[in-house]
Amino acid sequence: MSMNTLYTKDIISFTDLNTEEVQLILQTAKKIKERCVTCSIQDKLIANCFFEPSTRTRLSFEAAIFRMGGKVIGFPDDSSLSVRKGETLSDTMRVIAGYADLIVIRHPRDGSARLTAEVADCPVINAGDGANQHPTQALIELFSIQECQSSINGLSIALVGDLKYGRAIHSFIEACLMFDVRLYLVSPELLILPDSICDKLKKRGVRFSFHQQIEEVIPKVDILYITRIQQERFTETEYQLIQSKFILTANMLEKAKKNLKVLHPLPRVNEVALDVDHTPYAYYFQQASNGVVIRQALLALILNEELP
Amino acid sequence: MNDMLSVSAIKNGTVIDHIVAGQALRIIYLLGLQKNNNQVTIGLNLPSKRLGIKDLIKIENRVLTEDEANEIVIFSPVATINVIQNFQVVDKIKTHLPSVTHGVFVCPNHLCVTQIEPISSYHYIHEQGKKISLICHYCEKEFDRDQVKVAV
Repeated sequence: MSMNTLYTKDIISFTDLNTEEVQLILQTAKKIKERCVTCSIQDKLIANCFFEPSTRTRLSFEAAIFRMGGKVIGFPDDSSLSVRKGETLSDTMRVIAGYADLIVIRHPRDGSARLTAEVADCPVINAGDGANQHPTQALIELFSIQECQSSINGLSIALVGDLKYGRAIHSFIEACLMFDVRLYLVSPELLILPDSICDKLKKRGVRFSFHQQIEEVIPKVDILYITRIQQERFTETEYQLIQSKFILTANMLEKAKKNLKVLHPLPRVNEVALDVDHTPYAYYFQQASNGVVIRQALLALILNEELP
Repeated sequence: MNDMLSVSAIKNGTVIDHIVAGQALRIIYLLGLQKNNNQVTIGLNLPSKRLGIKDLIKIENRVLTEDEANEIVIFSPVATINVIQNFQVVDKIKTHLPSVTHGVFVCPNHLCVTQIEPISSYHYIHEQGKKISLICHYCEKEFDRDQVKVAV
């Protein structure tokens, strides 16, 4: 019988996972979704520590915990915490680790989840650390792509929006390194993918190209993964100019391949027009609902030694 | 005359030669030479057959540890480090690029958790051809060696 190498493992960055572990998570999530297995984390207590607001990530973790009979403690923001009195993050997380069987952390600082994993004596899952990583979101993307396209290998994928600061994008690109995919990187000049990540893509032989308009790539791709461009990074005039190039509307999809699916980690502001929701290409709401099964799979695998 | 001698030679200590021009001051901070009492002589932009121009540091009465010598390689891969006793070179410290550094550099990422927490920085050293970069263990950002400041 194969070993569950995810048991008690921290999930901080996508690079912490190997291909077999990613496949195990995706397969377990599929079994859970198709009701082929029943996973339980009964008697386990999870600390959901959100130092900055979140809707989908926090609630989908809570839903996953409750669906498997676990219990949850935690906070939705840092307004009631001793960090406000000057307590260090290390001390706060070390104390919480003494109360719980697993910590889920979201924090505005890059590297906060890695630090938590070093001081906590229970497993830690990164639910987003600043502009760094969001590994569970990348797993949702992979699961959704596999679900709507049957396979990930051989696909052409466009990544659109803030490729510089977007943590979901950074984790998703790490995930792409495990597969044979062609990437189209669509972003304003100011928000292009950092050189260090481009170097990784080159080193691993992933083909990619840069583009400045969505329409250029629509006929070529199987997946259009759109992310939000934050207005605060631009002047009002710049933003208006840029925004018009990075909004997807239903009429832009006329030349799309039949199998194209549009993904978005949500929340969207206006980068995916509402009329796209009614096209067969929209897949972002299914993607969001997959957040629960992916997090169920992760929690079940980390907290139970036996494979489900 | 005595002043000239103190610049040109040291009796006991370490001479770091063939430093890439422009890197000597960073090495001073790296070794903490600005805050101890050892006499230090710095030569900047000196003529060099190998490098064109080079920097040079002479430290009286201090022999570098292997780790200290290796950290110099991050800034100056071709530097030579000679141990001096009684005005003679008695040893050449062999160096190699370290794979990690602890508490040596400040992470340049203002949003890195190391900027607010009382923890030591931790960087992985990455060498690609002639390019040396540092990757923060915590925030995972990669920086060129010229972007990082030495923790003082």
